[in-house]
Amino acid sequence: MAVDYVAAAKPYVAAPRRGPVTRVLENERWFAFFLLLPTAVLLGLFIAYPFVKGVLLAVTDAKVGVPGNFVGLQNFAVLMNDSIFRIAVWNTILYTAVTTVFKLALGLWLALLLNRHFRAKALTRAFILLPFIIPTVLSTFAWKWMFDPTFSVINWTLFHLGIIRTRINWLGDPQLALISVMIVNVWRGVPFYAISLLAGLQTISPELAEAAAIDGARPWQRFRYITWPLLLPVTMVVVLFSVIQTFADFQLVYILTGGGPANATQLFATYAYQIGVGTGLLGEGAAISLAMFPVLLVVVVVQLLYIRRVETL
Amino acid sequence: MIEGARWRRWVFFNLPLALFVIGLLFPFYWMMVTTVRPDAELYRPWMAPNYTPFWTLNPTLDHIRYLLDETLFNRWMLNTFFISVLATVISLFCGLLAGYALSRLKFPFAGSLGTGIFITYLVPQTLLFIPLADIIRNFRLGDTPWALVLTYPTFLIPFCTWLLMGYFKAIPRELEECARIDGATRWQAMVYIVFPVAVPGILSAGIFAFTLSWNEFIYALVFLSSPEQKTVSVGITSELVRGDVFYWGSLMAGALLGSVPVALIYSFFVEYYVAGITGSVKG
Repeated sequence: MAVDYVAAAKPYVAAPRRGPVTRVLENERWFAFFLLLPTAVLLGLFIAYPFVKGVLLAVTDAKVGVPGNFVGLQNFAVLMNDSIFRIAVWNTILYTAVTTVFKLALGLWLALLLNRHFRAKALTRAFILLPFIIPTVLSTFAWKWMFDPTFSVINWTLFHLGIIRTRINWLGDPQLALISVMIVNVWRGVPFYAISLLAGLQTISPELAEAAAIDGARPWQRFRYITWPLLLPVTMVVVLFSVIQTFADFQLVYILTGGGPANATQLFATYAYQIGVGTGLLGEGAAISLAMFPVLLVVVVVQLLYIRRVETL
Repeated sequence: MIEGARWRRWVFFNLPLALFVIGLLFPFYWMMVTTVRPDAELYRPWMAPNYTPFWTLNPTLDHIRYLLDETLFNRWMLNTFFISVLATVISLFCGLLAGYALSRLKFPFAGSLGTGIFITYLVPQTLLFIPLADIIRNFRLGDTPWALVLTYPTFLIPFCTWLLMGYFKAIPRELEECARIDGATRWQAMVYIVFPVAVPGILSAGIFAFTLSWNEFIYALVFLSSPEQKTVSVGITSELVRGDVFYWGSLMAGALLGSVPVALIYSFFVEYYVAGITGSVKG
C-alpha cells in the first residue's frame, strides 16, 4: 500500500519561473525603494530643490532675468530696517493669534451643537462645510462685494438694526481693514474646526458625562473636566494645522485688500509677493518668504513631538 | 440633550445653530442674488430708500451671458478641470505606493522618510513660490498647465500618503499573507488584495485632492500669464477686475459657476469628504 502511494504521487513541479523584474520586486527593500521613487522624485524636484534654491536666492540681489551676486545677509538686514516688513510681521502674528482663538471658540461651540441629536443633522453638517470647500478666492469675492462701502448689505443690515448711524468703510479704513480680513478668515475656518472637533467629540463615550451628571456635575463642569481633556489631543492637532495655514495665508488678503490700505493688512506672503513678483526683486522676496520659516519650524516640531507622544500613550 | 424648559432648548440650541447656519451660508446666497440682479439695481447705494438687499424683482441672465460670451470662462473651467484631474491622479498614484511602503514594509530609514513626508505636508505654498517660479521658468514649463500639474502634487502627495497610511494600517496583514502563500507576488498582493480594501480611503483622498487643486491660487497666479491658460480663480481675478473697475455681476456669476463642480462632487461624497478631514487631523 505504502509503495503504491509513493509511486502514485506526482513528481514535484517547480513554481512558474518569474522574470527578473518580479524577482527584484520580491526583495522587500527594493520593493519599498521603487514604491517610494515617484514620490521622492516629485517632492525632491518641487519641494527640496526650491527650498535650497530659495535659501540661495535669499543671499543674492537677484532680479527677474538677472542672476544676481552674493550679498550675504544683506537682504535680511534690509528687512530688519524695513518699516513695511515690521508691519507685515506684526500683522501676521496678530492675524494668526486672533483668528485662531475665534475659530477655536466658535468651532468648538458649533461642534458641541452638532453633537446633539436633531432632525436634518446630516444635511446641516453638509451645508456647514460649504465655506471650507468652495474655492477661497471665489467666496472671498462675495465678501468683498458685501464689504463694499457704498453697496454693502452688511451696512444696510446694521443700519436698520439701529447699530450704526453712518456708513462703515470695512476695507478702506486702515483701522478696520485687518479686522474685516480676520472676519472672513474666521468664517472660512470655523467649519473645518467644527467638523474635526465633532469627530473628536464622537469618540468620547456619553457614559462618562452621564456618570458625572449622576455624581452631580453641572453642564459646565462636565465640559471642563471630562469633554475638554479628552478632546485636547484632537484640538491640538487641528490648531497646529490651522496656525500654519493662517500664518502663511495669501489669497484672502490678496483679494480683499491687496495688502492695503497703506499696508495695513500686509502679511508675510502678500509682502513677499509684492516684492518678489510685483517689483521683481527675487532675492528680497525669497528672503521675506524664508523669514516665515523659523516660526513654521517651531510649529512643525511641536506637532511632531505631540503626535509622537499621542502614539506612544 | 438640554434638560428643562422648552425656552432653554431655544436659547441654547436652536437659536445659536440657526445663527451659525445663516452666517456661514449667507455669502453664497448673496452670490446667487447678485448674479441675477440687473445692473441698475446692483449699483444702488444701500442708503437709497428703494434698496432691496435680499431679493430682486427683475432677475436677469445678462451677467452670466457676459461671462460666457465675452470672457474665456469656459476655457478657464476646462483648464482647471484638466489640471485638477491630472494632479489628483498623479498624487493618488504616488500616495498609494508611498503609503503602502511606509505602513507595511521594513526598510532602512523608513521612520525618517515618513517624518520627512509629514513635514512636507506642513510646508505652505507661500514659502516656496518665488524660487519655484524660477525653477518652472528654467524647466520651460512657465505658462503651461504642466507647471501646475507637476507642482500641485507637492502638497497633495503628502496629504494622500498620510491619509492612506491610516487606512492601510487598519487592514489586517493576514489578508495579504494568504495571497502570498497562494503564490502572489508582493506587487500582486498589494494591487489586488490591499488596494481594493482601501477604496473608501482612496475616494476620500481623491475627492480631497481634487477640491484642494481646484482651490489653489498662488501657484496658478504666479506660474501662468496668458489669459487662455488661466484657471478659474486666477482668470476671474485678473480678467473681471480691470484696474479699479469690478464687473460685480459677472464676477459673482463666475464665482458661482466656478464653484459648481466642487460643490457637485462634494454633495455626492460628503461622507468621504468628512472622513478625509477627520483622517487628516488624526495624526
